[in-house]
Amino acid sequence: MSTLVLDASTDPILERRRRVQSAATASLARRKLASRVALGVCWLALAIAVVPLVAVIAYVVTKGLPAWSSDFFVHSTVPEGVPGGGIFNAIAGTLVIGAVATGATVPFGVACGLFLAESEGRLAAAVRFVADVMTGMPSITVGIFGYIAIVLTTGSYSGLAGAFAIGIIMLPIVTRAAETAIRGVPVTVSEAGFALGARRSTVARRVVLPTALPGVITGVLLAIARGVGETAPLLFTIFGSQYLEWNPTQPMDAIPFVVYTNSSQPYPDLVQIAWGAALLLVAAVLVLNIGSRLLAAWLRRERA
Amino acid sequence: MTTATVTGTGGRRVAGRRRSVLSDRAYRGGLAACVLLFVALVGWFVVAIVIQARPAFSTLGFSWIFQKTWDPTHNHFGLLPAILGTLETTAIAMVLAVPIGLGTALSLAYLIPVRLRPPLSTAVELLAAVPSVVYGLWGLIALAPIWRSTVEPFLSSVLGWTSLFNGPNSGNGLLLAGCILFVMVLPTMVAISRDVLAVVPVEQVEGAMALGATRWQTLRKVVLRDARTGILGAFTLATGRALGETVAVALVIGNSPYLAHSLKSTAVTIPALIVNSFGEATGTFRSALFGAALVLLVIGMVVNSVARLLVRRTARTGVASVAVA
Repeated sequence: MSTLVLDASTDPILERRRRVQSAATASLARRKLASRVALGVCWLALAIAVVPLVAVIAYVVTKGLPAWSSDFFVHSTVPEGVPGGGIFNAIAGTLVIGAVATGATVPFGVACGLFLAESEGRLAAAVRFVADVMTGMPSITVGIFGYIAIVLTTGSYSGLAGAFAIGIIMLPIVTRAAETAIRGVPVTVSEAGFALGARRSTVARRVVLPTALPGVITGVLLAIARGVGETAPLLFTIFGSQYLEWNPTQPMDAIPFVVYTNSSQPYPDLVQIAWGAALLLVAAVLVLNIGSRLLAAWLRRERA
Repeated sequence: MTTATVTGTGGRRVAGRRRSVLSDRAYRGGLAACVLLFVALVGWFVVAIVIQARPAFSTLGFSWIFQKTWDPTHNHFGLLPAILGTLETTAIAMVLAVPIGLGTALSLAYLIPVRLRPPLSTAVELLAAVPSVVYGLWGLIALAPIWRSTVEPFLSSVLGWTSLFNGPNSGNGLLLAGCILFVMVLPTMVAISRDVLAVVPVEQVEGAMALGATRWQTLRKVVLRDARTGILGAFTLATGRALGETVAVALVIGNSPYLAHSLKSTAVTIPALIVNSFGEATGTFRSALFGAALVLLVIGMVVNSVARLLVRRTARTGVASVAVA
């Protein structure tokens, strides 16, 4: 044994191999250590990320649930100092604004989506790009636009002005989601329609849109979830109202509006209402999001 | 048109076909009209704000944007404090969001057990949908007292020598606003990065591992390198979100229109300035606020255009792109 080692130390080839091996072993150890440290940092990042995201949800639930009395959902706002009172006026406002915005946006957005899905030209590419940029625009600028376009023109704050602004937020989302869904419809399906002599509008209405429906509905629900949660566009348009108001031509209240205005109030019971409203808002947005995913999955399974 | 060759008894068919061609044209024309209306709406959006902002630019010139005194009662409308406040809060948010977001995205895409990946990725996308006003309320009521009593004194004692943390502990201010923005943009950053990381071809990953690369070497030299354009896009989208955020920041930044001398000072951002002053503003003051909105609009357009050009190359489509954008 010892002679062999002596031999190795004298033989230049074996000596080189030994050095290479030890260098490789050292390098492997170093690389493994570096890998372990770096992956540890990734895990740490995950842990750090989870804390605030879980904390915000946990906080909203624990603070918001105590505010959820039966009064909270069926009564309108009462003046500070008077016990009871709820946010029914804000719920009504959000429902009306959301309904008007959705009703105006969906047909418009789906039509734009149909056009984009059928077009490859420069106009379509430009519109696609503009729609994408619009989804990321600061929402306050949309609120300012709603103020200029509707409030200044009609001379009054109103639910309609709010719905207009929310609609501007929703429109590009609906358009792009509809386009993506429609593009997913196999060409052979619409070609079968054309081969039967159907007109393009007929094929679109009876063949393409029904097939693309799961994707379109998913996109619409996501757009609604995004729209009802927006606050900044409403701050310049709906003005707020303590009274129950179903008429969208009048100033209205809305759930995110209540969260914003009540949060900085000095009275604990108003802040309590802000928490309750925030929980309702989070719940509504999550239900819409999860619902859209489940519905899309279910519709897809039905069809397959 | 080939219908001319059809004769005799085919007359009815010709008429039907002509109607069908007309109907096809009307259909395409209707859709094109919708799209043009969409473009017109976006054009109106920009033009309306420009028109309202014009009086400010014609009476004050362009220099007011970069002046540092905001004092409406004396007709000083320097926007610099708000611009710097916007950039500073966004910088704080992104300094935190980039390493933590990337680490989280790598963990979600490659490190956690395979079975947990889809539900956790969905959870991140759901968090991206939580309305910003909720984060603002949380920051104002829950975090501000902790920041004042614990976080700011701690940072002052540890990092006091940098003079970034001079002055009293106020709770509200640049630091808290930046932290809230960090929490807000984190799901966006994570969701898009995770997507672009997850679509790196598995053959490349396996190839690197087969060559003897460690997991980290594979992630760094193959996965991260391959996904860098998309990650840059995610970064830019998240930056755009932070720059334009209004209510969450307005609730926690303290709203004082002076140049901040420390990360603990109260400050203001462009959106917060607009929201807080809009109700009382008239004349040039109001026009200056529209001008501030125009500045924000231009910043938003530039940042989002860059982001979209970057993310487009990674071809992110479908539900998720809508959810987190």
